[in-house]
Amino acid sequence: MTTTIPRHMQRDRFAPVPETQAARDEDGFPAIRTAFGTTARLVTRYADVREVLGDAERFSNAGLPRLPTPDGENARAGNLLATDPPEHTRLRRLLTGEFTVKRIRRLEPRITEIVDEHLDAMEQAGPPADLVSAFALPVPSLVICELLGVPYADRHEFQDRATRQIDLSRSLEERGRVAAESRAYMGELVDRAFAAPGDDMLGMLVREHGDDLTRAELIGIASLLLIAGHETTANMLGLGTLALLRAPDQLVRVRDEPGAVAPAIEELLRFLSVVHSGIPRTARHDTTVGGTPVAAGDLLVLSLPSANRDPAAVERPDELDVTRAIAPHVAFGHGVHHCLGAPLARAEMAVAFPALLRRFPDLALGIPFEDVEFRSATVVHGLRALPVTW
Amino acid sequence: MRIQADRDVCIGAGNCVLAAEDVFDQDDDALVVVLQEHPAPGQEAEVRNAVAQCPSGALALVED
Ligand code: HEM
Ligand code: HEM
Ligand code: SF4
Repeated sequence: MTTTIPRHMQRDRFAPVPETQAARDEDGFPAIRTAFGTTARLVTRYADVREVLGDAERFSNAGLPRLPTPDGENARAGNLLATDPPEHTRLRRLLTGEFTVKRIRRLEPRITEIVDEHLDAMEQAGPPADLVSAFALPVPSLVICELLGVPYADRHEFQDRATRQIDLSRSLEERGRVAAESRAYMGELVDRAFAAPGDDMLGMLVREHGDDLTRAELIGIASLLLIAGHETTANMLGLGTLALLRAPDQLVRVRDEPGAVAPAIEELLRFLSVVHSGIPRTARHDTTVGGTPVAAGDLLVLSLPSANRDPAAVERPDELDVTRAIAPHVAFGHGVHHCLGAPLARAEMAVAFPALLRRFPDLALGIPFEDVEFRSATVVHGLRALPVTW
Repeated sequence: MRIQADRDVCIGAGNCVLAAEDVFDQDDDALVVVLQEHPAPGQEAEVRNAVAQCPSGALALVED
C-alpha cells in the first residue's frame, strides 16, 4: 500500500511543514486526508486546539473507525485515549495514583542507575555510537518495563510490533494483525499477574482493582502504557539531543546549570512537540470553535506542533530558547486526556539530558546535519538514528 | 488572592505540583490538595503559572 503521509504528520525537520504553519493565519479548518483515508479538518491555532481538547462533552475520542482485528476482540477496551467520560474517568482514576509527582520522585534513583549503566556501556564501547539505539530508546524502555512488570528481554519483539502497529505506511490488515499479536502477548502477562500478582504496576492493578477491571481492559491499559511509555520519551531524548547540539550555548546551560534543566525540558517539549496530533476528535453536535462552524460528525485533527508555534501564544515561536519563561504548551495534550505519564517523562528527561551531556562534554554530531534521518509516517515524530562522537 | 481547586474536575496530572510545590500537593489518588489557600505575595507568579498549566481547568484564582 502506498500512502502519502497525512499532512499533520509532515515535518520540515523539527517544525511542521510551512503549509501547516500558514494555516494558522487562514480562516476555518482546512480539509485533510487521514491515514485511514477519511477526511478530517485540521486545527492549527493554539486557542482552538486548547478549546477542542478541553471540552470532552462537545468532542468525543470514541468516534474513530476500528482496525480490522482477526481475533474479533475489542481492541479499544482499556485504551484511555479511545474512551470518553464517564468510562474514561473510571479508568483514569484507577491509574492516576501510580503517576503522582511523589510516586515518580521515588523512581528517580532507579532512573539514574539505568541512565548511568547505558552511559557506561557507551563509554566502554567508545565513539562513534548511535545515540538512539544506545541510549534514547533503551533507557525509557527499561524504565517502563520495570515499572509495569514486562520482561525487558522481550523488548525486541514488542518494540518491533509497536513500530509496525503505529507505522501508517503499512496496510490496515497488517496493523490489525500485529495489534492482535500484541494483545495476545500482553494477555499472557496479565494472566500471570492474576495468578501471582507481583510488586510491579500490573500486580498492583490486579491486587487493588482486580474486581473493577476486565481482562481486556487490563490488557488495553498495559499495552497503552508500554507503547506510550517508550516511543514518546525515546523520541524526545533523540530529537532533544540533536536540537541542543545545534544550539551549543543552550546545551552548555542544560549541562552545567541544574536550575536550567526543568525550563529547558518544557521548551524542548514545546519546540519538538513529538506527538503530531491528539487522537482525532469527533464533534457530537453542530457547534463553533473560535468562530469557525463545525458540523456534527466532523473529525478534527489537532496539530500540536503548530499550536505550540502559534505567535499568538508564544514569542519567537520558531526559535528554541531554553531560557524563556515557561510557556504553557500542548505537547502533553490538554483536558481530561492530558498525558498520564507526564511526570514520568519529565523525570526521565531531567535525569537523562544532563547526565548524557556531563558524561560526554565533547558530544558532537557524527554526520552532517543534512544527513540525519528523521522518521516519517509514525504517530510520534523522531529520528531513525543519531550518529554521535565525543 | 485565594486558590479554588475543584477535585471533581482534577485529573491528577500534577502540573500544579511541579509549578508550585509549596502551594500544591497530590493525595494518594493523585487529586490536587491545596497546601496554602492564600499564597504569599512572593508565590503569586508561580501560582498563576500553575493555574495556567493545569490541563483540566480544576484551578481558579479569586481575588478577595
Ligand atoms: C496500546 C497503545 C496504542 C494502540 C493500540 C493504538 C492504536 C491506534 C490505532 C489502531 C490507530 C489508528 C486509528 C484506528 O484505526 O483506530 C491509532 C491512531 C493514532 N494513535 Fe494510537 N495507539 C496506541 C497508543 C498511542 C499513543 C501512546 C499515542 C500518543 C500519545 C497515540 C496516538 C495516536 C494518534 C495521534 C493517532 C491518529 C493518527 C492519525 O491522525 O491518523 N497512540 N492508534
Ligand atoms: C515526552 C514524552 C511524552 C509526550 C510528548 C506525551 C504526549 C502525550 C499526549 C499529547 C497525549 C494526549 C493525546 C490526546 O489527547 O489525544 C498523551 C496521552 C497519554 N500518555 Fe503521554 N506522552 C509522553 C510520555 C508518556 C509516558 C512516559 C507515558 C506512560 C508511562 C505516557 C502515557 C500516556 C497515556 C496513558 C495517555 C492517555 C491519557 C488519557 O487518555 O487519559 N505518556 N501523551
Ligand atoms: S494541574 Fe490541575 S489537573 Fe493536574 S493535579 Fe493540579 S489541579 Fe489536578
